Amino acid sequence: MTTIAATGTDLHAHDHHDADHKPGFFARWFMSTNHKDIGTLYLIFAIFAGIVGGAISGLMRMELAAPGIQYLQGWASIMAGKDASLDEAYHMWNVLITAHGLIMVFFMVMPAIIGGFGNWFVPLMIGAPDMAFPRMNNVSFWLTVVAFIMLLGSSFVPGGTGLGAGTGWTVYAPLSTSGSVGPAVDMAIFSLHLAGAASILGAINFITTIFNMRAPGMTLHKMPLFVWSVLVTAFLLLLALPVLAAAITMLLVDRNFGGAFFDASAGGDPVLYQHLFWFFGHPEVYIMILPGFGIISQIVATFSRKPVFGYLGMAYAMVAIGVVGFVVWAHHMFTTGMSVDMKMYFTAATMVIAVPTGIKIFSWIATMWGGSVSFKTPMVWAMGFIFMFTVGGVTGVVLANGGLDDNLHDTYYVVAHFHYVLSLGAVFSLFAGFYYWFGKMSGRHLNEFLGHLHFWVFFVGVNVLFFPMHFLGNSGMPRRYPDYPEAFAYWNGVASFGYAIMAVGVLIFFVNVIWSLVAGRRAEDNYWGEGATTLEWTLTSPPPYHQFETLPVIK
Amino acid sequence: MLKKLLVVFAAMTMPSLVMAQPANPAPAPLTKEVAAPVVATPVAATTAADAAAPAEAAPKSMDGSLPGYTPMRPNYEDSVGMPKPKEVDFQEQFTENGQYAKWINNAILLPIITIISLFVLGLLLWVIVRFNRRANPVPSKTTHNTFIEVVWTLVPVLILLGIAYPSLDLLAKQFKPAPADAVTIKATGYQWYWGYTYPDHGGFEVISNMLKEEDEVGKGERFRTENDGPKLLAVDNRMVVPAGVPLRIQTTAADVIHAFAVPSLWFKLDAVPGRLNEKSITITKPGVYFGQCSELCGARHAFMPLVVEALPPAQFAAWVKAQGGSMPGEEKPAPAAPAATATPNETVAAPAVAATN
Repeated sequence: MTTIAATGTDLHAHDHHDADHKPGFFARWFMSTNHKDIGTLYLIFAIFAGIVGGAISGLMRMELAAPGIQYLQGWASIMAGKDASLDEAYHMWNVLITAHGLIMVFFMVMPAIIGGFGNWFVPLMIGAPDMAFPRMNNVSFWLTVVAFIMLLGSSFVPGGTGLGAGTGWTVYAPLSTSGSVGPAVDMAIFSLHLAGAASILGAINFITTIFNMRAPGMTLHKMPLFVWSVLVTAFLLLLALPVLAAAITMLLVDRNFGGAFFDASAGGDPVLYQHLFWFFGHPEVYIMILPGFGIISQIVATFSRKPVFGYLGMAYAMVAIGVVGFVVWAHHMFTTGMSVDMKMYFTAATMVIAVPTGIKIFSWIATMWGGSVSFKTPMVWAMGFIFMFTVGGVTGVVLANGGLDDNLHDTYYVVAHFHYVLSLGAVFSLFAGFYYWFGKMSGRHLNEFLGHLHFWVFFVGVNVLFFPMHFLGNSGMPRRYPDYPEAFAYWNGVASFGYAIMAVGVLIFFVNVIWSLVAGRRAEDNYWGEGATTLEWTLTSPPPYHQFETLPVIK
Repeated sequence: MLKKLLVVFAAMTMPSLVMAQPANPAPAPLTKEVAAPVVATPVAATTAADAAAPAEAAPKSMDGSLPGYTPMRPNYEDSVGMPKPKEVDFQEQFTENGQYAKWINNAILLPIITIISLFVLGLLLWVIVRFNRRANPVPSKTTHNTFIEVVWTLVPVLILLGIAYPSLDLLAKQFKPAPADAVTIKATGYQWYWGYTYPDHGGFEVISNMLKEEDEVGKGERFRTENDGPKLLAVDNRMVVPAGVPLRIQTTAADVIHAFAVPSLWFKLDAVPGRLNEKSITITKPGVYFGQCSELCGARHAFMPLVVEALPPAQFAAWVKAQGGSMPGEEKPAPAAPAATATPNETVAAPAVAATN
């Protein structure tokens, strides 16, 4: 891949003259224009949102651990400040699933993987001093914060049967229009507007930065794969999010201004909303996973001490996934009553995505093949990612079959599938990236033993948590249910037990981070050794406040 | 193509909404004359806002029996039509397409995806054993191998083609239109119960609510017994259909989107306000088949199950009689007469387009 011509020491000498002139605390963190500081803010924000979203899923697994309604009514009463009815308790369930989905997608995975690692490492990897539009970068971050506050706030205002928006993260009309009276859904929609605007601004920033600010000699075909992945992701964001913005604006019109876009009795069509939503929603899942692909590529190459196998194939496989990802959306809608032609098309088109995905999996393995692999924490996470993403990917091939989806749609099989590609895919890549780059970002090493322990506890936990969901889905348990027939009790109990294991894993992670920030060993410039060849490893750990004031030259 | 999927306005079952939008020009004639007669029971006229008081069906017996009809006891012993504890597989299937679909998954897809997953796991384990830093201190410099790249592109393509053939075949079978003499049942989703209209049998509507437990109901109210079905799955009035006869199941909704789903029949079809979706199935054996609403529809989404009871045709005819309906070809009973003439034409004509597309 990239070969670095400029020597690191030369660059440092230049940088240290005036590079470390940092503004005061408030100006630095609240009015930041520095890509590394904004990346740090995004990571801290994503960790916070992840704790909230993860705690919500903990509440859900608590309630689902046994049949019957155990806790919901109590929680709904606490939220409402009065004795909640059973219906309000059921509504509370819908608020929990909605919040969990929206928080994990828009406020955990996306801010961490694009806002956090993208901001931190795209400029460093292409040899740029900062992002193209530093102030816009700051706007993106703070819009995301406001969006998150809006979403959390929506849980405290009326949303129909009870407090909060209980529409599911998909916000399907007419449940989200005539079916949810009160300001909660409006607030949730505004929250999505803001988060979407933030992402569009971010996407513009990344595209401009990558196209215009690469160091001399770094052609597109010499760019590290993580940068490629962020570039493809930025285009997906730019094309998909405006469609979401339009769809949810139409919801607002239907809700507040007598509109009828999705009201059948006045000539609208509820299914139109689903087409608009999933035209955004399907690229969205690739938005969450493509940067993860990029991170895994960097890590696998580093720890195998080999360049990535089939670099061009890897880059264009991501482009192909991005392009095909735009023409498969209606496989989320197989049961809406579409025609047989449409169902056949979307079945076939969806299966096509398995081909470039397979290329990526096999290329990662080929990169390791013949390598001299050291199994440091990031590499262990990366290998876990490859296997778990494969498992999630193959169940996607099952779900792609429209005829089989007639049974599996909206069951726990789907929940299992997307948690394997996201919770065990995107989140594994996030942890992998965090262990890989933490030393570079903070200047301190994480503890290897705790990192491995975190991996194994988390790996066992999420598999015990999510694998039984395939069984529940097969035997017919629908999604988004606060209670279930006795027959589903066994696997639900197992899944809730898995959650507890996973939670212990997350605790180990936080112990590791805190320990390392306080007492971690100082990190060298290139602490992973000769396998780490991208430009961020030529800088100090942490890098100077302003880097590359003299641009590196790539041979 | 989508436009040809004829949209029959749910307003037919929602007179209140039609009246709320009088000024709106609609492409289809939305007269109240068409709309009103379909409402066979006073309950169906209730609006979504009335949901706090779930609808009660006309018959009031404590076990759901009618003259000439006693609800069938579910087959708990073999878990027919219901989930089995600790089950990992699909439920036993009682339609031909369901059996075919289950076979496609269990005989083709499941082995393929298991082998692929184990293959990837095996390669990773081999890397761990063979290419760790101690076993292989000097990394190779290979970064390209056109042959192997072509192989791992083409082999998945071939595997997918192998999957696509039965998969598309299954779709074609599932979309085979119902014969003209199929029995039509229109399932309407309400917040939060189901209504089953029988347009070929006089147009009566059966309202179906989930049965509560004994300790959840007041004195003298009907509660769930083992005869009705498992907890959270049993309903007061089942959707009774003939077994061994093609069924034309149509779905629509009165308020928000619901989904009609019965896992043991491999059946799931959204009930969308303003649309009439249709799918044809033939249930192979008499029995009781349980299902649950499968599209988030508000607070009591998890508490509006569906129960399909398939009876031998003669018993089905007796049930129709007990509901005050009539078998096709017979004299129409007086009260539902206007509905019976208007409805079948509408419902049969509309989905014929959808089914052949």
